[in-house]
Amino acid sequence: MMEKGKVHFRIFRFDPDNDKRYHYDEYDVETLPGEVVLSALLDIHKKVDPTLSFKYSCRMAVCGSCGMVINGQQRLACRTQLSSLNGSEVVVEPLSSMPVVKDLVVDMGKFFANMKNIQPYLIRHSADPDKEVLQSPDEWRRIDRLVDCISCGVCTTACPVFWTNHSYLGPAALVKAYRFLSDSRDEGYNEHMEQVALDNGALTCKDAYQCTVSCPKSINPQEAIEGLRAMMLRKRTWEKIHCQSAEQAITTTS
Amino acid sequence: MQAVHHDVIVIGGGLAGLRAAVELADSGINSAVVSRVHPLRSHSVAAEGGINAALGNAEESASDSPEIHAYDTVKGSDYLADQDAVEILVREGIDRVYEMEHWGTPFSRTDDGRIAQRAFGGGTYHRTCYSADKTGHALLTTLYERSIKEGVVVYEEHLVVRLVLKNGRTAGVVALDLLRGKLVGIGARALVFAGGGFGRTYRHTTNAHINTGLGTAVPYWAGVPLKDMEFVQFHPTSLPGTSILITEGVRGEGGILRNASGERFMSRYVKMQPPDLAPRDIVTRSMMTEIEEGRGFNGPWGPYLNLDVTHLPKRIIEERLGGIRELSQSFADIDPERKPIPVIPAQHYSMGGISTDNNGATPVPGVFAAGESACVSVHGANRLGGNSLLETLVFGRRAGISAASYVKKNDIPFDDALVEQEVSAFGDYVQGLFSREGGKKIFDLESELQAIMEEGVGIFRNRDGLSNALERLKDLRKRVWNTGVSVHALRYNLEFVRAMDLRAMTDLAIAGTKGALLRNESRGAHFRRDFRERNDEEWMKHTVATFTPEGPLISYDPVRVTKFEPTRRVY
Repeated sequence: MMEKGKVHFRIFRFDPDNDKRYHYDEYDVETLPGEVVLSALLDIHKKVDPTLSFKYSCRMAVCGSCGMVINGQQRLACRTQLSSLNGSEVVVEPLSSMPVVKDLVVDMGKFFANMKNIQPYLIRHSADPDKEVLQSPDEWRRIDRLVDCISCGVCTTACPVFWTNHSYLGPAALVKAYRFLSDSRDEGYNEHMEQVALDNGALTCKDAYQCTVSCPKSINPQEAIEGLRAMMLRKRTWEKIHCQSAEQAITTTS
Repeated sequence: MQAVHHDVIVIGGGLAGLRAAVELADSGINSAVVSRVHPLRSHSVAAEGGINAALGNAEESASDSPEIHAYDTVKGSDYLADQDAVEILVREGIDRVYEMEHWGTPFSRTDDGRIAQRAFGGGTYHRTCYSADKTGHALLTTLYERSIKEGVVVYEEHLVVRLVLKNGRTAGVVALDLLRGKLVGIGARALVFAGGGFGRTYRHTTNAHINTGLGTAVPYWAGVPLKDMEFVQFHPTSLPGTSILITEGVRGEGGILRNASGERFMSRYVKMQPPDLAPRDIVTRSMMTEIEEGRGFNGPWGPYLNLDVTHLPKRIIEERLGGIRELSQSFADIDPERKPIPVIPAQHYSMGGISTDNNGATPVPGVFAAGESACVSVHGANRLGGNSLLETLVFGRRAGISAASYVKKNDIPFDDALVEQEVSAFGDYVQGLFSREGGKKIFDLESELQAIMEEGVGIFRNRDGLSNALERLKDLRKRVWNTGVSVHALRYNLEFVRAMDLRAMTDLAIAGTKGALLRNESRGAHFRRDFRERNDEEWMKHTVATFTPEGPLISYDPVRVTKFEPTRRVY
């Protein structure tokens, strides 16, 4: 439990225009009961150090801007209560393994590029009806939790496999694929699966469970990845794709 | 430097902006979105309760129709909405909702698999389509997914700071690329402004930190008029302290407002059933009256009232109000299944904005606007809950269509040299800012602005309060425009961003306050204690504000009435 009143912050700083390497700056912040990490960062920025850069917007855990590493754990700054943190100081660092733009601001380009790889939109080959495509409440419940993803990048940047291999789709993109593959209205199994079934897809996950531990929306990406593997086994997707590419390879070489 | 240009630039990547962009991409126009945040971070994402459309899916709403939806909207607007625009909203809205469903929006469902609908304030029937209590998130995610499918180009984390005109026509914008710390010019034949509202002009607002109105002020400074800026919606239910929104859907699902004696006080203010679902302006004033008369609670964050859902079945809370439960737990340490949620009104929505016609066009050739930053007007003096998401889709699409047809008709050559010249002129302006004092001063002035607005231009208004606020704002403006920036590099320079935001907020606040001072009547959200009645003879008109550095020039436009003659607004 943090002591109420005054909290000591160590914040990661890096300015590519002026710094050769990163360092940490220290700040003491007066805090109120119930205060979150984001409001303390805003206080530092407004009153002490206007050079500090970080991303934020909604302050209610839905826009996904303020993902960062707080005391070693990937979290949203806006919903991390200071009183929930252990230790004598709060250490704030940018999302792991992402290119640092400045201080706590990272370039999320690769994260979103990976998401685009799974054709992240509802795919239908049938003509749309005049009104809604019917979906039963039970069918809706299958995607209810999965559609809560706010693309904050916390799960993907908490994944040790992603740290060393940014080509791995990562949990957020895989959750997105599973969201469509679980949607009774979707008819794009092959399209969504194309990248998921290949190397750097669902089989590249090493079950570190960090995604599920860190997801601020309690989505359980690990379960989604297991769901994708089960689908692939059930539909023999992996064999089909790999046999196809083997055939192609033989045709091309001969 | 390689010049960049597109036929159409959309400023803002929320629902209105993305809907315009999808329309433009679909019609093969060379277009792009420029947004200060990644589109998914836009404030549309925070909308909770739902989107209105007379689908008649709920058992209770089988006899609903677009006409009744139009009537509810016009009555809710206190007869200031333009009725031809409202008819477009309610008719096209049905298609837009089905379209979003076809594109993948995970709407909650009725037992027979249709889009579920709940009751909302000021609605005759259960008309609000919803995706649990995260409808904005569901719609924005879907529309972003659709924009990927359509190949929409997005300049992410680019802050638009200037509109470039040539001979009174659109030529492009100057923007700050936050990630690279560089000013860039983007040429365009047409612009669609969809930058959202300006809730941050108030201290207590449900709005996100990015809702400063810069995307409204940029065209205003360039000569595009604003409309009805005095009409500001205060949402009845936000969490004390953080002002985080607690959706009207809570009352739509059966939640009850109670005062400190546990009384369901709304039944003393309105006759309708359930009384808690009166329109927002009325519920907000009733709540503040309860508090003023000593029937509120007092907490560490000031006075509040209770929103009680403890009597609702657990299944309803879990399945339809899961987001509210999460917010109450995370930000107020309350489990709504066990204890009432503490709530207090807070600024929520800007009815006013960039003045447009029914096609999103403004008086400046090539400048269009849509969504909360625009004012058509479909909301008039008070917006009904569930109509704002609808407006973004209906009029975002219309602005996209209009911009597309404008650039097809007006094949004006790009003037890259002019845009570059404006970039360099803005660069000089930035150097000027760097030579003056900034830092903490910017945030002190921001707090001062928010205090003036909350004290003088809030829920209850009067002449003295408003004229005092206007004088203080004029004085504040001089100091605001004299502040500089102490951080002298542009890469993710939040101080610079806030310095620009502060200029925008101040000038929008002045426009709204002047309109409010002149409007000697009470209508919808604009309530004057010194003029407590609506005055249709003198004030059945829109306030139009045109920018001058000395202050806004005010003129008036007529309200378009089609089917519904103004009558007394009783609930």
